[in-house]
Amino acid sequence: MHPAPSVIIFTTLSGLGFGLLFFLGLGFPAVSGLVAFVFFAIAFGLSVAGLVASTFHLGHPERAWKAFTQWRSSWLSREGWCAVIALIVMGLYAVGAVFLGQHWRVVGVFGALFSLATVFTTSMIYTQLRTVPRWNMKLTPALFLSFSLAGGALLGGQVRIALVLLLVAALVQLAYWKQGDGALAASGTDLGTATGLGSRGAVRAFEPPHTGTNYLLREFVHVVGRKHAQKLRVIAFALAFVLPIVLLLLPFNHVFGLLAVLSHLAGVATSRWLFFAQAEHVVGLYYGKR
Amino acid sequence: MTQLPQSTERKLGLVIDLDTCVGCHACVISCKGWNTENYGAPLSDQDAYGADPAGTFLNRVHSYEVQPEQGHAQLVHFPKSCLHCEDAPCVTVCPTGASYKRVEDGIVLVNESDCIGCGLCAWACPYGAREMDMAERVMKKCTLCIDRIYNENLPEVDRIPSCVRTCPAGARHFGDLGDPDSDVSKLVSERGGVDLMPEMGTRPVNKYLPPRPRDKMEEQVDVLAPLLAPVAEDAKGFMGWLDKMLEKI
Repeated sequence: MHPAPSVIIFTTLSGLGFGLLFFLGLGFPAVSGLVAFVFFAIAFGLSVAGLVASTFHLGHPERAWKAFTQWRSSWLSREGWCAVIALIVMGLYAVGAVFLGQHWRVVGVFGALFSLATVFTTSMIYTQLRTVPRWNMKLTPALFLSFSLAGGALLGGQVRIALVLLLVAALVQLAYWKQGDGALAASGTDLGTATGLGSRGAVRAFEPPHTGTNYLLREFVHVVGRKHAQKLRVIAFALAFVLPIVLLLLPFNHVFGLLAVLSHLAGVATSRWLFFAQAEHVVGLYYGKR
Repeated sequence: MTQLPQSTERKLGLVIDLDTCVGCHACVISCKGWNTENYGAPLSDQDAYGADPAGTFLNRVHSYEVQPEQGHAQLVHFPKSCLHCEDAPCVTVCPTGASYKRVEDGIVLVNESDCIGCGLCAWACPYGAREMDMAERVMKKCTLCIDRIYNENLPEVDRIPSCVRTCPAGARHFGDLGDPDSDVSKLVSERGGVDLMPEMGTRPVNKYLPPRPRDKMEEQVDVLAPLLAPVAEDAKGFMGWLDKMLEKI
Protein backbone atom coordinates (compact mmCIF):
# COMPACT_ATOMS: atom_id res chain seq x y z
CA MET A 1 0.00 0.00 0.00
CA HIS A 2 1.05 3.57 -0.62
CA PRO A 3 2.32 4.96 2.70
CA ALA A 4 0.51 8.30 2.48
CA PRO A 5 1.94 10.79 5.00
CA SER A 6 -1.59 11.88 5.98
CA VAL A 7 -2.59 8.44 7.29
CA ILE A 8 0.76 7.83 8.98
CA ILE A 9 0.58 11.19 10.78
CA PHE A 10 -3.07 10.55 11.62
CA THR A 11 -2.68 7.08 13.12
CA THR A 12 0.55 7.96 14.95
CA LEU A 13 -0.55 11.27 16.51
CA SER A 14 -4.18 10.44 17.25
CA GLY A 15 -3.14 7.05 18.66
CA LEU A 16 -0.84 8.81 21.12
CA GLY A 17 -3.34 11.58 21.85
CA PHE A 18 -6.26 9.25 22.57
CA GLY A 19 -3.92 7.04 24.63
CA LEU A 20 -3.08 10.04 26.81
CA LEU A 21 -6.78 11.00 27.03
CA PHE A 22 -7.52 7.44 28.22
CA PHE A 23 -5.10 7.79 31.14
CA LEU A 24 -6.18 11.37 31.94
CA GLY A 25 -9.81 10.23 32.01
CA LEU A 26 -8.96 7.49 34.50
CA GLY A 27 -7.10 9.99 36.68
CA PHE A 28 -3.52 8.92 35.92
CA PRO A 29 -2.23 11.52 36.60
CA ALA A 30 -5.09 13.21 38.52
CA VAL A 31 -3.99 16.71 37.60
CA SER A 32 -5.82 20.01 37.99
CA GLY A 33 -5.32 23.68 37.21
CA LEU A 34 -2.45 24.77 34.95
CA VAL A 35 -0.77 21.33 34.94
CA ALA A 36 -4.05 19.78 33.79
CA PHE A 37 -4.31 22.46 31.11
CA VAL A 38 -0.90 21.50 29.71
CA PHE A 39 -1.69 17.77 29.77
CA PHE A 40 -5.06 18.21 28.08
CA ALA A 41 -3.60 20.65 25.55
CA ILE A 42 -1.04 18.02 24.52
CA ALA A 43 -3.66 15.24 24.37
CA PHE A 44 -6.18 17.30 22.38
CA GLY A 45 -3.44 18.77 20.19
CA LEU A 46 -2.22 15.30 19.18
CA SER A 47 -5.66 13.76 18.63
CA VAL A 48 -7.11 16.73 16.75
CA ALA A 49 -3.96 17.22 14.65
CA GLY A 50 -4.19 13.56 13.70
CA LEU A 51 -7.86 13.80 12.79
CA VAL A 52 -7.27 16.95 10.72
CA ALA A 53 -4.36 15.24 8.92
CA SER A 54 -6.65 12.34 8.05
CA THR A 55 -8.90 14.67 6.04
CA PHE A 56 -5.98 15.72 3.81
CA HIS A 57 -6.17 12.55 1.73
CA LEU A 58 -9.88 13.02 1.03
CA GLY A 59 -10.93 14.02 -2.46
CA HIS A 60 -13.79 16.12 -1.08
CA PRO A 61 -13.09 17.11 2.56
CA GLU A 62 -16.02 19.55 2.43
CA ARG A 63 -18.38 16.55 2.42
CA ALA A 64 -16.60 14.83 5.34
CA TRP A 65 -19.63 15.38 7.62
CA LYS A 66 -21.52 12.79 5.54
CA ALA A 67 -19.15 10.17 6.99
CA PHE A 68 -21.21 10.21 10.19
CA THR A 69 -24.23 8.64 8.50
CA GLN A 70 -23.20 4.99 8.00
CA TRP A 71 -22.21 3.86 11.49
CA ARG A 72 -24.34 0.73 11.11
CA SER A 73 -21.97 -0.82 8.56
CA SER A 74 -18.81 1.27 8.22
CA TRP A 75 -15.88 1.23 10.65
CA LEU A 76 -14.72 4.56 9.25
CA SER A 77 -18.05 6.09 10.18
CA ARG A 78 -17.94 4.51 13.65
CA GLU A 79 -14.45 5.93 14.11
CA GLY A 80 -15.79 9.40 13.34
CA TRP A 81 -18.50 9.04 15.99
CA CYS A 82 -16.16 7.62 18.63
CA ALA A 83 -13.63 10.40 18.05
CA VAL A 84 -16.21 13.17 18.33
CA ILE A 85 -17.84 11.66 21.43
CA ALA A 86 -14.43 11.08 23.08
CA LEU A 87 -13.31 14.65 22.36
CA ILE A 88 -16.56 16.22 23.65
CA VAL A 89 -16.72 14.10 26.81
CA MET A 90 -13.04 14.55 27.58
CA GLY A 91 -13.43 18.27 26.83
CA LEU A 92 -16.08 18.43 29.54
CA TYR A 93 -13.84 16.48 31.91
CA ALA A 94 -10.96 18.84 31.08
CA VAL A 95 -13.09 21.89 31.95
CA GLY A 96 -13.78 20.35 35.37
CA ALA A 97 -10.13 19.50 35.98
CA VAL A 98 -8.61 22.74 34.70
CA PHE A 99 -11.07 25.40 35.87
CA LEU A 100 -13.05 23.84 38.72
CA GLY A 101 -10.49 21.48 40.25
CA GLN A 102 -13.10 18.73 39.94
CA HIS A 103 -12.53 15.16 38.69
CA TRP A 104 -15.91 13.92 37.55
CA ARG A 105 -15.31 10.20 37.78
CA VAL A 106 -18.15 8.98 35.54
CA VAL A 107 -17.37 11.55 32.84
CA GLY A 108 -13.68 10.64 32.92
CA VAL A 109 -14.26 6.88 32.67
CA PHE A 110 -16.81 7.40 29.90
CA GLY A 111 -14.35 9.61 27.99
CA ALA A 112 -11.51 7.13 28.57
CA LEU A 113 -13.58 4.29 27.13
CA PHE A 114 -14.52 6.29 24.03
CA SER A 115 -10.87 7.33 23.58
CA LEU A 116 -9.87 3.69 23.52
CA ALA A 117 -12.85 2.86 21.28
CA THR A 118 -11.60 5.47 18.80
CA VAL A 119 -8.24 3.72 18.53
CA PHE A 120 -10.00 0.36 18.20
CA THR A 121 -12.30 1.61 15.41
CA THR A 122 -9.28 3.09 13.60
CA SER A 123 -7.57 -0.30 13.73
CA MET A 124 -10.73 -2.04 12.48
CA ILE A 125 -10.71 0.11 9.31
CA TYR A 126 -7.56 -1.80 8.37
CA THR A 127 -8.34 -5.13 10.05
CA GLN A 128 -11.62 -5.59 8.17
CA LEU A 129 -9.89 -5.60 4.76
CA ARG A 130 -9.53 -9.18 3.54
CA THR A 131 -7.83 -7.70 0.49
CA VAL A 132 -4.74 -6.91 2.61
CA PRO A 133 -3.88 -10.18 4.41
CA ARG A 134 -1.17 -8.47 6.48
CA TRP A 135 -3.85 -6.27 8.06
CA ASN A 136 -6.61 -8.84 8.21
CA MET A 137 -5.33 -10.30 11.50
CA LYS A 138 -6.44 -10.14 15.14
CA LEU A 139 -3.00 -8.75 15.93
CA THR A 140 -3.80 -5.50 14.09
CA PRO A 141 -6.20 -4.12 16.75
CA ALA A 142 -3.81 -5.48 19.40
CA LEU A 143 -0.99 -3.52 17.75
CA PHE A 144 -2.92 -0.23 17.60
CA LEU A 145 -4.32 -0.55 21.13
CA SER A 146 -1.02 -1.59 22.75
CA PHE A 147 0.85 1.23 21.00
CA SER A 148 -1.75 3.77 22.02
CA LEU A 149 -1.81 2.64 25.66
CA ALA A 150 1.98 2.49 25.94
CA GLY A 151 2.33 5.95 24.38
CA GLY A 152 -0.46 7.33 26.58
CA ALA A 153 1.15 6.04 29.76
CA LEU A 154 4.52 7.39 28.64
CA LEU A 155 3.10 10.84 27.88
CA GLY A 156 1.13 10.80 31.12
CA GLY A 157 4.34 10.24 33.07
CA GLN A 158 3.11 6.92 34.50
CA VAL A 159 6.58 5.36 34.58
CA ARG A 160 5.78 1.93 36.04
CA ILE A 161 2.66 1.37 33.90
CA ALA A 162 4.52 2.68 30.85
CA LEU A 163 7.36 0.20 31.36
CA VAL A 164 4.96 -2.74 31.41
CA LEU A 165 2.88 -1.44 28.49
CA LEU A 166 5.97 -0.66 26.36
CA LEU A 167 7.13 -4.23 26.91
CA VAL A 168 3.69 -5.58 25.93
CA ALA A 169 3.56 -3.35 22.82
CA ALA A 170 7.07 -4.50 21.85
CA LEU A 171 6.02 -8.15 22.04
CA VAL A 172 2.84 -7.46 20.05
CA GLN A 173 4.95 -5.68 17.42
CA LEU A 174 7.29 -8.68 17.07
CA ALA A 175 4.36 -11.10 16.84
CA TYR A 176 2.66 -8.83 14.29
CA TRP A 177 5.75 -8.76 12.05
CA LYS A 178 6.20 -12.53 12.34
CA GLN A 179 2.59 -13.40 11.50
CA GLY A 180 2.31 -10.62 8.94
CA ASP A 181 5.23 -11.89 6.88
CA GLY A 182 3.38 -15.12 6.21
CA ALA A 183 -0.11 -13.65 5.94
CA LEU A 184 -0.35 -13.36 2.14
CA ALA A 185 0.85 -16.93 1.63
CA ALA A 186 -1.49 -18.18 4.37
CA SER A 187 -4.48 -16.40 2.78
CA GLY A 188 -4.39 -18.84 -0.14
CA THR A 189 -4.89 -16.04 -2.65
CA ASP A 190 -2.51 -16.08 -5.60
CA LEU A 191 -2.56 -15.33 -9.31
CA GLY A 192 -4.16 -18.75 -9.82
CA THR A 193 -7.27 -17.95 -7.75
CA ALA A 194 -7.27 -14.33 -8.95
CA THR A 195 -7.65 -15.42 -12.58
CA GLY A 196 -9.47 -18.70 -11.97
CA LEU A 197 -6.81 -20.33 -14.15
CA GLY A 198 -4.68 -21.84 -11.36
CA SER A 199 -6.00 -25.40 -11.85
CA ARG A 200 -4.71 -25.41 -15.43
CA GLY A 201 -1.06 -24.68 -14.71
CA ALA A 202 1.33 -22.01 -13.51
CA VAL A 203 -0.07 -18.55 -14.27
CA ARG A 204 2.29 -15.71 -15.15
CA ALA A 205 1.42 -12.09 -15.90
CA PHE A 206 2.37 -11.81 -19.55
CA GLU A 207 1.29 -8.34 -20.52
CA PRO A 208 -0.08 -5.51 -18.36
CA PRO A 209 -3.33 -3.82 -19.46
CA HIS A 210 -1.66 -0.44 -19.84
CA THR A 211 1.85 0.82 -20.53
CA GLY A 212 1.83 3.65 -17.99
CA THR A 213 0.85 3.73 -14.35
CA ASN A 214 -2.64 4.14 -12.87
CA TYR A 215 -4.47 4.75 -9.59
CA LEU A 216 -4.33 1.07 -8.63
CA LEU A 217 -0.58 0.80 -9.08
CA ARG A 218 0.10 4.06 -7.25
CA GLU A 219 -2.21 3.24 -4.35
CA PHE A 220 -1.81 -0.51 -3.87
CA VAL A 221 1.42 -1.69 -5.44
CA HIS A 222 3.98 0.28 -3.45
CA VAL A 223 7.39 -1.37 -3.75
CA VAL A 224 9.83 1.46 -2.99
CA GLY A 225 11.64 1.02 0.31
CA ARG A 226 10.82 -2.67 0.77
CA LYS A 227 14.50 -3.50 0.46
CA HIS A 228 15.23 -1.45 3.58
CA ALA A 229 12.37 -3.02 5.52
CA GLN A 230 14.54 -5.10 7.84
CA LYS A 231 16.77 -2.13 8.75
CA LEU A 232 13.70 0.04 9.31
CA ARG A 233 12.21 -2.60 11.58
CA VAL A 234 15.31 -2.55 13.76
CA ILE A 235 15.24 1.28 13.84
CA ALA A 236 11.51 1.36 14.63
CA PHE A 237 11.84 -1.22 17.40
CA ALA A 238 14.85 0.49 18.99
CA LEU A 239 13.25 3.95 18.92
CA ALA A 240 9.73 2.94 19.91
CA PHE A 241 10.56 0.52 22.73
CA VAL A 242 14.21 -0.16 23.60
CA LEU A 243 15.37 3.43 24.04
CA PRO A 244 12.28 4.62 25.98
CA ILE A 245 12.49 1.60 28.31
CA VAL A 246 16.18 2.30 28.99
CA LEU A 247 15.46 5.99 29.59
CA LEU A 248 12.61 5.16 31.97
CA LEU A 249 14.81 2.75 33.94
CA LEU A 250 17.40 5.50 34.51
CA PRO A 251 16.86 7.79 37.52
CA PHE A 252 13.88 9.95 36.50
CA ASN A 253 14.33 13.45 35.19
CA HIS A 254 12.26 15.47 32.74
CA VAL A 255 14.92 15.55 30.00
CA PHE A 256 15.02 11.75 29.91
CA GLY A 257 11.22 11.72 29.95
CA LEU A 258 11.03 14.08 26.99
CA LEU A 259 13.66 12.07 25.10
CA ALA A 260 11.72 8.85 25.77
CA VAL A 261 8.53 10.44 24.37
CA LEU A 262 10.26 11.81 21.24
CA SER A 263 12.05 8.53 20.61
CA HIS A 264 8.80 6.60 21.04
CA LEU A 265 6.99 8.98 18.66
CA ALA A 266 9.66 8.56 15.98
CA GLY A 267 9.66 4.78 16.45
CA VAL A 268 5.88 4.50 16.19
CA ALA A 269 5.89 6.68 13.06
CA THR A 270 8.52 4.39 11.47
CA SER A 271 6.54 1.31 12.44
CA ARG A 272 3.40 2.88 10.93
CA TRP A 273 5.26 3.66 7.71
CA LEU A 274 6.17 -0.03 7.52
CA PHE A 275 2.59 -0.98 8.39
CA PHE A 276 1.46 0.68 5.15
CA ALA A 277 4.50 0.23 2.91
CA GLN A 278 4.81 -3.50 3.56
CA ALA A 279 1.09 -4.27 3.27
CA GLU A 280 0.41 -6.28 0.12
CA HIS A 281 -2.97 -5.65 -1.50
CA VAL A 282 -4.10 -8.68 -3.50
CA VAL A 283 -4.87 -6.52 -6.55
CA GLY A 284 -1.10 -6.46 -7.09
CA LEU A 285 -1.40 -10.12 -8.09
CA TYR A 286 -3.24 -9.13 -11.27
CA TYR A 287 -0.21 -7.04 -12.21
CA GLY A 288 2.23 -9.84 -11.36
CA LYS A 289 3.67 -7.68 -8.58
CA ARG A 290 3.50 -10.05 -5.59
CA MET B 1 -27.37 3.11 2.58
CA THR B 2 -24.22 1.04 2.73
CA GLN B 3 -25.81 -1.99 4.33
CA LEU B 4 -26.14 -4.64 1.65
CA PRO B 5 -29.61 -5.81 0.61
CA GLN B 6 -30.54 -9.32 1.85
CA SER B 7 -31.26 -10.32 -1.72
CA THR B 8 -31.80 -8.60 -5.03
CA GLU B 9 -34.70 -9.12 -7.45
CA ARG B 10 -32.31 -9.71 -10.33
CA LYS B 11 -28.57 -10.23 -10.57
CA LEU B 12 -27.50 -8.39 -13.68
CA GLY B 13 -23.94 -9.05 -14.67
CA LEU B 14 -21.45 -10.10 -17.31
CA VAL B 15 -20.16 -13.45 -18.43
CA ILE B 16 -16.70 -13.19 -19.96
CA ASP B 17 -15.47 -15.93 -22.26
CA LEU B 18 -11.70 -16.31 -21.83
CA ASP B 19 -11.70 -18.79 -24.71
CA THR B 20 -13.00 -16.26 -27.19
CA CYS B 21 -11.40 -13.01 -26.05
CA VAL B 22 -8.74 -11.95 -28.55
CA GLY B 23 -7.30 -9.19 -26.37
CA CYS B 24 -8.12 -6.34 -28.76
CA HIS B 25 -9.05 -3.87 -25.96
CA ALA B 26 -12.07 -2.62 -27.95
CA CYS B 27 -14.23 -3.03 -24.80
CA VAL B 28 -11.77 -0.85 -22.87
CA ILE B 29 -12.03 1.98 -25.37
CA SER B 30 -15.77 1.70 -25.85
CA CYS B 31 -16.29 1.75 -22.06
CA LYS B 32 -14.07 4.80 -21.68
CA GLY B 33 -15.92 6.56 -24.48
CA TRP B 34 -19.45 5.86 -23.27
CA ASN B 35 -18.73 6.59 -19.64
CA THR B 36 -16.89 9.81 -20.42
CA GLU B 37 -19.68 11.20 -22.56
CA ASN B 38 -22.66 10.08 -20.49
CA TYR B 39 -23.65 9.37 -16.85
CA GLY B 40 -21.57 10.86 -14.05
CA ALA B 41 -18.21 12.55 -13.91
CA PRO B 42 -16.14 11.98 -17.08
CA LEU B 43 -13.23 9.52 -16.95
CA SER B 44 -10.31 11.94 -17.01
CA ASP B 45 -6.80 11.53 -18.31
CA GLN B 46 -3.67 13.12 -16.89
CA ASP B 47 -0.80 14.10 -19.17
CA ALA B 48 -2.64 12.29 -21.98
CA TYR B 49 -0.26 13.40 -24.74
CA GLY B 50 2.86 13.76 -22.59
CA ALA B 51 5.62 11.44 -21.46
CA ASP B 52 3.75 9.86 -18.55
CA PRO B 53 0.08 9.42 -19.47
CA ALA B 54 -2.40 7.96 -16.97
CA GLY B 55 -6.15 7.92 -16.71
CA THR B 56 -9.31 6.46 -15.24
CA PHE B 57 -10.69 3.29 -16.78
CA LEU B 58 -13.54 1.05 -15.61
CA ASN B 59 -12.46 -1.94 -17.64
CA ARG B 60 -8.95 -3.18 -18.35
CA VAL B 61 -7.61 -6.20 -20.26
CA HIS B 62 -4.71 -8.12 -18.75
CA SER B 63 -2.91 -10.97 -20.53
CA TYR B 64 -1.65 -14.07 -18.74
CA GLU B 65 0.40 -17.06 -19.76
CA VAL B 66 -0.66 -20.43 -18.37
CA GLN B 67 2.00 -23.12 -18.41
CA PRO B 68 0.53 -26.59 -17.80
CA GLU B 69 2.75 -29.34 -16.41
CA GLN B 70 2.88 -30.91 -19.84
CA GLY B 71 2.40 -29.34 -23.24
CA HIS B 72 2.54 -25.83 -24.55
CA ALA B 73 1.93 -22.59 -22.69
CA GLN B 74 -1.37 -20.86 -23.44
CA LEU B 75 -1.96 -17.11 -23.65
CA VAL B 76 -5.19 -15.93 -22.05
CA HIS B 77 -6.55 -12.41 -22.49
CA PHE B 78 -8.36 -11.37 -19.37
CA PRO B 79 -10.80 -8.43 -19.30
CA LYS B 80 -11.55 -7.21 -15.79
CA SER B 81 -14.21 -4.80 -14.55
CA CYS B 82 -16.55 -4.59 -11.53
CA LEU B 83 -18.03 -8.02 -10.74
CA HIS B 84 -21.09 -6.53 -8.95
CA CYS B 85 -20.52 -8.87 -5.99
CA GLU B 86 -23.45 -10.11 -3.93
CA ASP B 87 -21.41 -9.60 -0.78
CA ALA B 88 -19.69 -6.45 -1.98
CA PRO B 89 -17.05 -5.35 0.57
CA CYS B 90 -16.71 -1.99 -1.18
CA VAL B 91 -20.29 -1.07 -0.20
CA THR B 92 -20.17 -1.83 3.53
CA VAL B 93 -16.93 0.08 4.15
CA CYS B 94 -18.28 3.33 2.65
CA PRO B 95 -18.70 5.87 5.47
CA THR B 96 -21.07 8.22 3.63
CA GLY B 97 -23.55 5.91 1.93
CA ALA B 98 -22.27 6.95 -1.50
CA SER B 99 -21.65 3.31 -2.44
CA TYR B 100 -24.70 1.12 -2.66
CA LYS B 101 -26.07 -2.05 -4.21
CA ARG B 102 -29.41 -1.74 -5.94
CA VAL B 103 -32.20 -4.02 -4.71
CA GLU B 104 -33.93 -4.18 -8.11
CA ASP B 105 -31.03 -5.45 -10.22
CA GLY B 106 -28.00 -5.91 -7.97
CA ILE B 107 -25.90 -3.25 -9.71
CA VAL B 108 -23.26 -1.66 -7.44
CA LEU B 109 -23.15 2.11 -7.94
CA VAL B 110 -21.52 5.24 -6.50
CA ASN B 111 -23.55 8.35 -5.78
CA GLU B 112 -20.87 10.82 -6.81
CA SER B 113 -22.35 13.78 -4.96
CA ASP B 114 -21.99 11.88 -1.65
CA CYS B 115 -18.50 10.48 -2.32
CA ILE B 116 -15.79 12.10 -0.18
CA GLY B 117 -12.99 10.39 -2.13
CA CYS B 118 -11.53 8.57 0.88
CA GLY B 119 -10.62 5.60 -1.32
CA LEU B 120 -11.57 2.97 1.28
CA CYS B 121 -13.93 1.16 -1.15
CA ALA B 122 -11.05 0.72 -3.60
CA TRP B 123 -8.97 -0.68 -0.72
CA ALA B 124 -11.75 -3.16 0.05
CA CYS B 125 -12.11 -4.39 -3.55
CA PRO B 126 -9.85 -7.36 -4.31
CA TYR B 127 -10.29 -6.98 -8.07
CA GLY B 128 -9.10 -3.41 -8.63
CA ALA B 129 -12.50 -2.54 -10.07
CA ARG B 130 -12.67 0.94 -8.58
CA GLU B 131 -10.46 3.83 -9.58
CA MET B 132 -10.34 7.31 -8.12
CA ASP B 133 -10.71 9.96 -10.80
CA MET B 134 -7.86 12.40 -10.37
CA ALA B 135 -9.76 15.35 -11.86
CA GLU B 136 -13.14 14.96 -10.11
CA ARG B 137 -11.64 13.34 -6.98
CA VAL B 138 -14.52 10.88 -6.67
CA MET B 139 -14.56 7.09 -7.02
CA LYS B 140 -15.47 5.71 -10.44
CA LYS B 141 -16.62 2.20 -11.23
CA CYS B 142 -18.50 0.14 -13.81
CA THR B 143 -22.23 0.97 -13.77
CA LEU B 144 -23.08 -1.92 -16.08
CA CYS B 145 -24.03 0.98 -18.39
CA ILE B 146 -27.13 1.73 -16.37
CA ASP B 147 -27.77 4.62 -18.76
CA ARG B 148 -27.91 2.21 -21.72
CA ILE B 149 -29.64 -0.92 -20.46
CA TYR B 150 -32.83 0.92 -19.39
CA ASN B 151 -32.59 3.67 -22.01
CA GLU B 152 -35.69 3.63 -24.18
CA ASN B 153 -34.24 6.33 -26.44
CA LEU B 154 -31.76 3.77 -27.76
CA PRO B 155 -32.63 1.06 -30.29
CA GLU B 156 -33.28 -2.20 -28.44
CA VAL B 157 -30.10 -3.80 -29.80
CA ASP B 158 -28.05 -1.12 -28.03
CA ARG B 159 -29.65 -1.61 -24.60
CA ILE B 160 -26.71 -3.66 -23.35
CA PRO B 161 -23.45 -2.49 -21.77
CA SER B 162 -21.13 -0.70 -24.16
CA CYS B 163 -18.36 -3.30 -23.76
CA VAL B 164 -20.72 -6.14 -24.68
CA ARG B 165 -22.12 -4.23 -27.67
CA THR B 166 -18.61 -3.49 -28.94
CA CYS B 167 -16.84 -6.84 -28.48
CA PRO B 168 -16.03 -8.05 -32.01
CA ALA B 169 -15.34 -11.61 -30.82
CA GLY B 170 -18.56 -12.14 -28.88
CA ALA B 171 -16.56 -12.81 -25.75
CA ARG B 172 -18.80 -10.74 -23.46
CA HIS B 173 -22.37 -11.62 -22.51
CA PHE B 174 -24.87 -9.62 -20.46
CA GLY B 175 -27.90 -10.90 -18.60
CA ASP B 176 -29.62 -11.89 -15.36
CA LEU B 177 -27.44 -14.39 -13.53
CA GLY B 178 -30.09 -14.75 -10.84
CA ASP B 179 -32.45 -16.44 -13.32
CA PRO B 180 -31.31 -20.06 -13.87
CA ASP B 181 -33.09 -20.15 -17.25
CA SER B 182 -31.41 -17.06 -18.70
CA ASP B 183 -28.98 -17.46 -21.59
CA VAL B 184 -26.06 -16.30 -19.45
CA SER B 185 -26.89 -18.75 -16.64
CA LYS B 186 -27.09 -21.61 -19.15
CA LEU B 187 -23.76 -20.54 -20.64
CA VAL B 188 -22.15 -20.54 -17.19
CA SER B 189 -23.43 -24.03 -16.33
CA GLU B 190 -22.51 -25.48 -19.76
CA ARG B 191 -19.01 -24.07 -19.81
CA GLY B 192 -18.19 -24.35 -16.10
CA GLY B 193 -18.02 -20.61 -15.35
CA VAL B 194 -15.90 -19.67 -12.34
CA ASP B 195 -15.67 -16.92 -9.69
CA LEU B 196 -12.50 -14.87 -9.29
CA MET B 197 -10.90 -15.17 -5.83
CA PRO B 198 -13.78 -17.19 -4.33
CA GLU B 199 -11.83 -17.34 -1.04
CA MET B 200 -12.46 -13.61 -0.55
CA GLY B 201 -16.13 -14.39 0.11
CA THR B 202 -17.37 -11.61 -2.18
CA ARG B 203 -19.67 -13.90 -4.20
CA PRO B 204 -19.18 -12.11 -7.54
CA VAL B 205 -22.12 -12.02 -9.96
CA ASN B 206 -19.88 -11.82 -13.05
CA LYS B 207 -18.53 -15.18 -14.16
CA TYR B 208 -15.53 -16.17 -16.25
CA LEU B 209 -15.66 -19.04 -18.75
CA PRO B 210 -12.31 -20.87 -18.76
CA PRO B 211 -10.51 -21.40 -22.07
CA ARG B 212 -11.26 -24.71 -23.80
CA PRO B 213 -8.37 -27.19 -24.12
CA ARG B 214 -6.33 -26.65 -27.26
CA ASP B 215 -5.95 -29.23 -30.06
CA LYS B 216 -2.90 -31.45 -29.62
CA MET B 217 -0.17 -31.22 -32.28
CA GLU B 218 1.28 -34.73 -31.79
CA GLU B 219 -1.95 -36.51 -32.70
CA GLN B 220 -2.16 -34.91 -36.15
CA VAL B 221 -2.04 -37.13 -39.24
CA ASP B 222 -0.07 -35.93 -42.25
CA VAL B 223 -2.67 -36.36 -44.99
CA LEU B 224 -0.26 -35.38 -47.80
CA ALA B 225 2.45 -37.93 -46.91
CA PRO B 226 1.09 -40.82 -49.07
CA LEU B 227 0.76 -38.52 -52.09
CA LEU B 228 4.32 -37.26 -51.82
CA ALA B 229 5.98 -40.68 -51.54
CA PRO B 230 8.35 -41.55 -54.48
CA VAL B 231 6.37 -43.48 -57.13
CA ALA B 232 9.23 -45.40 -58.83
CA GLU B 233 11.83 -46.93 -56.49
CA ASP B 234 14.11 -48.49 -59.19
CA ALA B 235 14.30 -46.97 -62.65
CA LYS B 236 14.01 -49.06 -65.84
CA GLY B 237 14.73 -48.47 -69.55
CA PHE B 238 16.57 -45.31 -70.64
CA MET B 239 16.40 -43.79 -67.15
CA GLY B 240 17.86 -47.02 -65.70
CA TRP B 241 20.75 -46.94 -68.21
CA LEU B 242 21.38 -43.23 -67.46
CA ASP B 243 21.38 -43.93 -63.75
CA LYS B 244 23.99 -46.67 -64.17
CA MET B 245 26.19 -44.52 -66.46
CA LEU B 246 26.12 -41.59 -64.03
CA GLU B 247 27.04 -43.89 -61.13
CA LYS B 248 30.21 -44.99 -63.07
CA ILE B 249 31.51 -41.52 -63.81
